[in-house]
Amino acid sequence: MPLDATGVHARLRERFGEAIGDLAGTGRDASCSVEPARIVEVCQFLRTEPALRFDCLSNLSGVDYPKRNAIQVVYHLFSYPLRHWIVLKVDAKRDDPVVPTVCDVWSAANWQEREVFDLLGVTFTGHPDLRRILMPEDWPGHPLRKDFVEPQEYHGISTSRESLLRT
Amino acid sequence: MTEYPSMESLVRGLIDSGAAPAGVPAWIHQLLAMLIFGGIVVFGFVLPIAGITTWVERRVMGRIQSRIGPNRVGPLGFLQWLADGVKNMLKEDIVPSAADGPLFRAAPYVVMTGFVGSFAAIPFGGSLIIADVNVGILYVTAVTALVVVGILMAGWASNNKWSLLGGIRSAAQIVSYEIPAGLSIFPIVMLAGTLSMQGIIRAQGAAPWAWYLFDNPFTFVAFFVLFVSALAEGNRTPFDLPEAESELVAGFATEYSGMRNLLFFMAEWGNLYVIGAIATTLFLGGWQIPWALDDHPVLRNALQFGVFFTKSYAFVVLAIWLRWTLPRIRVDQMMEMCWKYLVPIALVNFLGTATWMVLFPDGVAPVRWLLLLVAVVAIAAFVRRVAFHIRYARLERRHLSFNPLATARSPG
Amino acid sequence: MGLTGFEVEVQRETEDGGFVTEDMTLSMGPQHPSTHGVLRFVVRADGEVMKEAIPDIGYLHRSIEKIAEKVGWHGFIPYTDRVDYVAAMFCNHGWTMAAEKLGGIEIPKRAEYCRVIADELCRIHSHLLSVGTMAMDIGAFTPFTHAIREREYLNDLFEELCGARLTFHYMRIGGVGWDLPPGWTDKVIHFLDRFEPIVDEYDRLISFNKIYVERLVNVAVISEEEAIDYNLVGPNLRGSGVSYDVRRDDPYSIYPELEFDVPIGRGEVGTLGDCFDRYIVRMREMRESCRIIRQCLRQLPDGPVIARVPRAFKPPAGDCYVRLESARGDMGWYVVSDGTAFPYRCKIRTGSFAAISMTQHVSRDLMLADLIAVIASFDLVAPEIDR
Repeated sequence: MPLDATGVHARLRERFGEAIGDLAGTGRDASCSVEPARIVEVCQFLRTEPALRFDCLSNLSGVDYPKRNAIQVVYHLFSYPLRHWIVLKVDAKRDDPVVPTVCDVWSAANWQEREVFDLLGVTFTGHPDLRRILMPEDWPGHPLRKDFVEPQEYHGISTSRESLLRT
Repeated sequence: MTEYPSMESLVRGLIDSGAAPAGVPAWIHQLLAMLIFGGIVVFGFVLPIAGITTWVERRVMGRIQSRIGPNRVGPLGFLQWLADGVKNMLKEDIVPSAADGPLFRAAPYVVMTGFVGSFAAIPFGGSLIIADVNVGILYVTAVTALVVVGILMAGWASNNKWSLLGGIRSAAQIVSYEIPAGLSIFPIVMLAGTLSMQGIIRAQGAAPWAWYLFDNPFTFVAFFVLFVSALAEGNRTPFDLPEAESELVAGFATEYSGMRNLLFFMAEWGNLYVIGAIATTLFLGGWQIPWALDDHPVLRNALQFGVFFTKSYAFVVLAIWLRWTLPRIRVDQMMEMCWKYLVPIALVNFLGTATWMVLFPDGVAPVRWLLLLVAVVAIAAFVRRVAFHIRYARLERRHLSFNPLATARSPG
Repeated sequence: MGLTGFEVEVQRETEDGGFVTEDMTLSMGPQHPSTHGVLRFVVRADGEVMKEAIPDIGYLHRSIEKIAEKVGWHGFIPYTDRVDYVAAMFCNHGWTMAAEKLGGIEIPKRAEYCRVIADELCRIHSHLLSVGTMAMDIGAFTPFTHAIREREYLNDLFEELCGARLTFHYMRIGGVGWDLPPGWTDKVIHFLDRFEPIVDEYDRLISFNKIYVERLVNVAVISEEEAIDYNLVGPNLRGSGVSYDVRRDDPYSIYPELEFDVPIGRGEVGTLGDCFDRYIVRMREMRESCRIIRQCLRQLPDGPVIARVPRAFKPPAGDCYVRLESARGDMGWYVVSDGTAFPYRCKIRTGSFAAISMTQHVSRDLMLADLIAVIASFDLVAPEIDR
C-alpha cells in the first residue's frame, strides 16, 4: 500500500518524535529534516518497517547553505515493493560537518557519500573507505562549497590561462 | 628433360652435369644456390604475400563491416601495404628504457625466423620446393612452433604486465593447440606413408574425390580439427586473446612500434598462408592438376603453382572472414576447448583412420563419394543463403539510401 | 608500481620451500581501448583470475554541477549535453523539466511530443552504441561498424532537427528549440521501417552467437536485492528481473498516453541477472522505442513548441527532484533554487555512477576478460560518472 509523504512522515514522527522535523514542501518534494545523530536509526527503520520498506537510496546529495551556516545532506528514498517516496534532510554544522554514514543500510550510499565528502567536506563517521572520489587525492579544499577559491596552481600547472580573445 | 623434384635436386643436377665451375667444393655451390633460391622465395613470395594479405584483409574486412577499406593508394588501394611498410620503416624506433634491450630487439626476428623458416619445405608446385626433406611436415610444424619463443621474449622483455599476460596467454595457446594439430596430421601421414610434403601430395590425386579430405570420415573431421588448431596457433580470432585489442591493447606487441611491430604482424598474416599451405598439402591434394603435361615442365609447374596458391589462399580468405565475424573466446574456454574437446576428437580420428586403413586398405569409394556429396551440399546451401543476403543488400542500397543533402533545411 | 592515492592490499603467501607468491596489481586505464571513456581500474589479480577490480574515477570531472551555479538557468542547457554526451537529449530534458517544475511552467502539448520523439530516437542512438561497443569488446568488430552505420542515419536526422550530431541542445525551458522540420516525420518513419529488421539481423549476427553467449552468460550475476541495494537503474536493473521503468511506473511528459512494453531480463539463456540479460534488454528496448516513436508521430498535435518563459528566468525558491528514464536508466536531477537567475545547486544522479560503484563487488573471482564484459554490460559512460 503506497503511502504518501504525510503518511510516511506520520509514521516517522510516531517512532522518533522530535528528532523528525515538520513536513515541508508538497507532493514528491515533501521533505522532513532529521537530526544528524539519529539518521542511521531512521534509515534502518525506514528500510525494515513492513509498511515502509524503503529499499532504495535513490539519491544522496549535499547542499551548502553558508547563510544558515549548515551543509545539508539530502536523502531521496524510494521503495520498489510499495512504490512510495520520502525525502530526508540532515543539517550538519558548516564548520565541522559530521554525519553518520548509512552505508550499512544501503550499499548505494558508499560512493554517494564519498562524493559529498570530496566536494563538500562532510565527514561520514563509520564509512569504510572515506576518500576523495572525483578530485585528485591531494586537492586542497572542497570545490562545491560556496566559498571555495580555486587554487592558483596544482603541481606546478597553472589553473588559469590567458584569454584566447586577442583584441 | 629430367624431372627435378625440388630445387635442391636441381642444384645437384646442375653440379653433376658440369654446369658449375669445377674446383669449388660442391657444398659451396649448394649453399649459394640455397641462398639464392631462399632469397627468391622470401623476397619474391613470402614478404609480398605477407604484405598483400594485409591489403586483402583490409578490403575484405571493409566489405564485411559495411565500409570500403583502403582505396586511395593505388588502384583499389592495392599499394597501401607498400605505403604502410615504408611508413613503418621511417618511424622512430622506440625501445622502452626499462625494457630488456637485447631480448626486446631480438624478439621480432625470432618470430620472423619461425615463420620464414617454414617456407624451406613448403611446396609451390611439382618441382617448386626449396628442399623436399623427407620429414617435411614435421619440419614445418616444428619450425612454426619457434614463434612461441619469440612471443614470450616480446612479452617478458617489454617490462609491461599487460604484455606479459599477452605473451603467457599466447604461449599457452600455441603450445596447447600443437597437440590436436599434430594429432590431426597423423592420419594423413599414415595414409600417405611418408612425412615428406611432396610425397603426401603425390599420394593424392587431382580430382576432389581423390583428396585425403574425403578419404574417410575420420580425415574429414581431422581437417576441421587441424584448421581450428592452426587458427589458434596463428593467434587469429576467435583465438586472438593474446593480442586482444579490447583488453590488452596489442598484447605482447604493445610496446613495439615501427618496423618491429610490423614484423610481428607480417609473421601473423604470412602464417595464414602457411596454415593454408599445410591444409592444402595434407587434405586438398596440393598442387595436383588433372593433366600430366610431361613435355611442358614450365607450363606444368605454373599450373601447379596456380592451383596450390588458389587453394592455400582460399584458407587465408576464410581465416579473414572468420576473424571479422566471430567474437573472441576467453582464455579458460579456449583451453577447455583444446584439452576437453579437440584432443579427444583428434585421438579418435587417429585411431579411426588406423582402423579404417586396416579394414579397407584401398579405401571405400562409396564413402568418398558420400563425403564429397556432403561437402557439395553444404557449400551449395551456404551459397544460396549468401546469395539471398547479397541480393537483399543490393536492393537496399538502391532503394532505401538517404541522401543527406536532400535533407538540408531550406533557409527562412 | 606506485598507485596514486590509495594502497591496494596485496596478498602474499609463502609456500613451503620459501616460494613467495604475490598478487599482481595491474592498472587498467586511464587510456585503454575498452573502458568506455576515461576510467581506471586497479586490478589485483592472481594471473588471469581477478581478486578485485577497484575503480578509480575522476579523470573526466568537469565540475558541471558547479558551472550550473555560474551560468544561469538557460545557459546551463548546453552543459547538460555534456553530462552524458552519448544520450544528450535526456540530460536536456531532465534539466528543463526541473526548471519548469520549479518555475511552475506548463509547456505546450506539441513540445512534449517533440521531446519524447527526440528522447526515444536518442535512446536508440545510445543503445546502438552500447550494443556495438559491447560486441567490439567481446571481440566481434563487425556489429560495431553496423551499429555505427545505423547511427549515421540517426545523426542525419538529428542534424536536420537541431543542427548537431552529438550534443544536441535541442530543448529549452518551456519547450523545445525548434519545431520539426517539414518532411522530417516522413524521414523518421522511413528510418524506422529500415531499422526494425536490422535489429533482427543483429540478433542473428551476434546476440545468440554461441561464442558471444558463452562469454556473457553467468558472468557477474546480480540478484534483484543486490541491484536495488546498490541503486542500479535502467537496463542494468531490468536485466536482474526488476520490472521498473520510470516511463511506465512514474510517468512524466506524455508517457501516460503511450503504449509500450518494458522488457526485463528473464534468464532465458544463462542465469537471471548476468551480462547477457543486461545486453538483451537493451536490444529489446530499441524495438520498443521504435513503437513509441511511431505512436508519437501519429498522435502529434499542432501548436506552439515553446511556452513564454522570460529571459531572466527566476523560479521561486525551493527544491525539486525530477527523474526521467535515460538510456542508462533513471537519471535524477535534484535542483535547488534560491529565487535568483542562477541555480543554487544542481545535483545529477546518473545510472553509471551506481553501476561502477558496483564493479568492485562484482569483480571478485572473475577473469580479466570478464571485467571487460561487465563494464560493457553496465553501459558505463565516463562523462556521466564524473560529470
